[in-house]
Amino acid sequence: MSDNDFTSPYTPNTDADRRQMLDAIGVDSVDELFADIPAQHRNPALDLPPPLSEFDLKRYFAELASMNKTPGDYACFLGAGSYRHHIPAIVRQLTGRSEFMTAYTPYQPEISQGTLQTEFEFQTLCAELTGMDVANAGMYDGSTSLAEAVLMASRVTRRNRVAVLDSVSPAYISVLRTYTEAPGIVINIVSPDDLALTEETACVVAQQPNFLGYIQDMQSLSDSAHEVGALFVVYADALSMAMFTPPGDYGADIVASEGQALGVPPTFGGPYVGVFACKQSHIRQMPGRIVGRTVDTQGRTAYVLTLQTREQHIRRERATSNICTSVALIALMTTVYMAANGRHGMRRTAELTYQKAHYLASLIDDVPGYSVVNGGVFFQEFAVECPVPPAVLNERLLDYRIIGGLDVSEQVPNGMLVCATEVNTREEIEAFAAALTEIGASA
Amino acid sequence: MTTLLERMAQDRRRLLMDRSVPGRVGATAPQSDVPHQPLPDQGMLRETLDFPEVSENELVRYLSQLSQLNFSIDHNFYPLGSCTMKYNPKIDDEIASMPGFSEIHPLQPDATVQGALRLMWELQQRLIEITGMKGCSLAPMAGADGEFAGVLMARAYHLDRGDTKRDKILIPDSAHGTNPATASMCGFEVVTLPSDADGNTDLEALRFSVGDDLAGLMITLPSTLGLFDSNILEVVRIVRDTGGIVYGDGANLNALLGRVKLGDLGFDVMHSNLHKTFTQPHGGGGPGAGPVIVGERLLPYMPTPVATRTENDDGGESFALDAPPKTIGRMGAFHGNFGALVRAYAYMSTLGRDGIANISRDAVINANYILSRLKGYYDLPYDRSCMHEVVFSARSLRREQGVSALDVAKRLIDYGIHPPTMYFPLIVEEALMIEPTETESKETLDGFIEVMQAIAQEASDDPDLLHDAPHDTPNTRLDEALAARRPYLRWRREE
Repeated sequence: MSDNDFTSPYTPNTDADRRQMLDAIGVDSVDELFADIPAQHRNPALDLPPPLSEFDLKRYFAELASMNKTPGDYACFLGAGSYRHHIPAIVRQLTGRSEFMTAYTPYQPEISQGTLQTEFEFQTLCAELTGMDVANAGMYDGSTSLAEAVLMASRVTRRNRVAVLDSVSPAYISVLRTYTEAPGIVINIVSPDDLALTEETACVVAQQPNFLGYIQDMQSLSDSAHEVGALFVVYADALSMAMFTPPGDYGADIVASEGQALGVPPTFGGPYVGVFACKQSHIRQMPGRIVGRTVDTQGRTAYVLTLQTREQHIRRERATSNICTSVALIALMTTVYMAANGRHGMRRTAELTYQKAHYLASLIDDVPGYSVVNGGVFFQEFAVECPVPPAVLNERLLDYRIIGGLDVSEQVPNGMLVCATEVNTREEIEAFAAALTEIGASA
Repeated sequence: MTTLLERMAQDRRRLLMDRSVPGRVGATAPQSDVPHQPLPDQGMLRETLDFPEVSENELVRYLSQLSQLNFSIDHNFYPLGSCTMKYNPKIDDEIASMPGFSEIHPLQPDATVQGALRLMWELQQRLIEITGMKGCSLAPMAGADGEFAGVLMARAYHLDRGDTKRDKILIPDSAHGTNPATASMCGFEVVTLPSDADGNTDLEALRFSVGDDLAGLMITLPSTLGLFDSNILEVVRIVRDTGGIVYGDGANLNALLGRVKLGDLGFDVMHSNLHKTFTQPHGGGGPGAGPVIVGERLLPYMPTPVATRTENDDGGESFALDAPPKTIGRMGAFHGNFGALVRAYAYMSTLGRDGIANISRDAVINANYILSRLKGYYDLPYDRSCMHEVVFSARSLRREQGVSALDVAKRLIDYGIHPPTMYFPLIVEEALMIEPTETESKETLDGFIEVMQAIAQEASDDPDLLHDAPHDTPNTRLDEALAARRPYLRWRREE
């Protein structure tokens, strides 16, 4: 009966159970149930290692984890789309509740009000943070949220040319290309001085702060877009919106953002959650899950997945997107984070981050050979021109237990994109500047 | 007049903004330890952020109470067809939250993340071995994202060969909605392929539909009818003979673990919903992960990045992230849902070579056991052995008792069991799609079977009992039409 003697704690049935069940089914052997599989390809040999017990499993993975140099043990000054912040203990405790974790998409609203109501809270918080009318329940990450925003702008305007500011993150532009090439949307990379807009432009895409960390004049971009009947699509850093003018105030039509900074650990790049917000008038063109308020048969308020006729399971090839997930658990993490920090805590964390980044910039600018790029006001990160290639510098910095900034030599000669947030202590910041001084131009 | 009891119940559902009291805080920010830096001009700054002000304790109680309104796997049996709601081992959560995984930054130099890259490379190798393919990219962040990557690769393959007139994708009528939505996102025309009387691909229709304008076929194996297409080799041959790419939707891979490799059957590309087959908490709707695993023809086009291994001169090895030579590009800002990959690899490691085929064995026995014991109580549109799930129909109940699949589903809730997937696949009228998974015991299944049999009886004795179900839930049935007609999607101050 058994293929082998191995018993997993996750599969309860015994040989005796299986025998009874096969008898009820009316077959002699398990193999009969797999008879539709072509015989010559059935039960192939598998070259896999033997199973690990929980004890051995934990040991092996702890060993893999220990092969990484971990921020916390190392001072880390990387940002560029993934940010380290203090995460209140309640974020993990509450999202770790198995009622949230081990539920699935709330297809049965009568027994999913926990997920639905928290998603409604998420939508409320995201709409307020971005200064927009409405938000959906979440996208894969900030970059795909931006790509979907561009597809939506093309649907809304029925145009297929897109002007993307050259200061948008190269990784995001790459994702944008993945999404737009097949449907025939043409991406033009433009500078703020020459947007080259036409009556065929579906949208202008700008990032705030831009890839190198600097705040841009968004109002003029917004006005230019609207003059030709195009939409203004903004990718905005999530935490920065608690401090700086939000996109809704400068006329954004669709806003995408990466929710990770709000309570989600960096986790080597994912899972994160994309924030997607827009004006009320465009809601029927939105991608993704949306939760709405309604009443039950007894008139009590309740929440439900709504506007589903936009979605793939109903509309199939005419859906607004193929997306099924809303990354609900990660959205919940950001919901708890935003609610816990609340009206004043979000702003305070943003300002503290600003303070740390500016203190770091002032120290680095004083290190001989290093200069902070003067790109205007910045929030949490800024570009530094280094006397040596950043890749070389970063290798040396590891000796000081410092993970340096991102190599942005393609944008700035010997450029390093450096980030500090409230979790970078004064000690770390000063040690970073001291290390740069010591390494100097000798690396 | 609302009673005190009713008011207390309503209070528990009050939204955060309605609980907000000026002056309360739910978290503390650290004190600044650096010299004060001047803030920018007031004109650049935000005026107000209308966020709630609640204490930590209030937030904990609010969300704990909300959580208790959810049904979850840890609560009870969750036979939601096509979603593979298997038990989520707790150790996998513990491992994924090790700081060496959760705290590392995605842009750290390769040399500082050798453990993470090694893990990704090993997971790629395991997926390649399990599916009989040649290469793997872990970048796609969900099943639908894997489909997207797969169809873009098929497109890139044809265009790269100068083959520009292939603008059609064939998709069986039983497919998940994501398949046609994906093909359409990639600029293809979708041609729907009918199923034959046995639930297999209709070979005649297939032969009629293929030609030199065919980019490929997207096929789910086993199908969403829970059936293994016994014509599969012929299906693959027909599509490949006309130069098309064969795409395997791996949503139902659980049934095939250790039983057959799609690569051996001639598939060019597939995705695996790691969160289903290799179990992780579905989180109320994500996150997941949808790696793509490809055969020879599509290797150069995989999404970037791919983890690679190099043997060093000193006999050691090092790992890096690389872009395939003709990559379709990035699926997201970084390298995929790493946290999900850690969990899936941990689970896979507990199975190993001895345990992996036990998964498909028990998943398939469990589904067939339900099939054999509910046959006669509900219509069975395809009377043959199923794989990991069985699709019944409430067609007769609907005609004879006026009781729908929805009513049956809602009545199950009264018995403390999560309903099956309803009204899918679309080709089965009043469909009830039941996927028990291998993590359920015979006793659990016996309980479920008894309840399903009882509900069939209730349908004829007292149909209104089903129409009004569920009875004992925080909310009764919802007015979904109202929600769609007058979308109210966020809290607003004026109310």
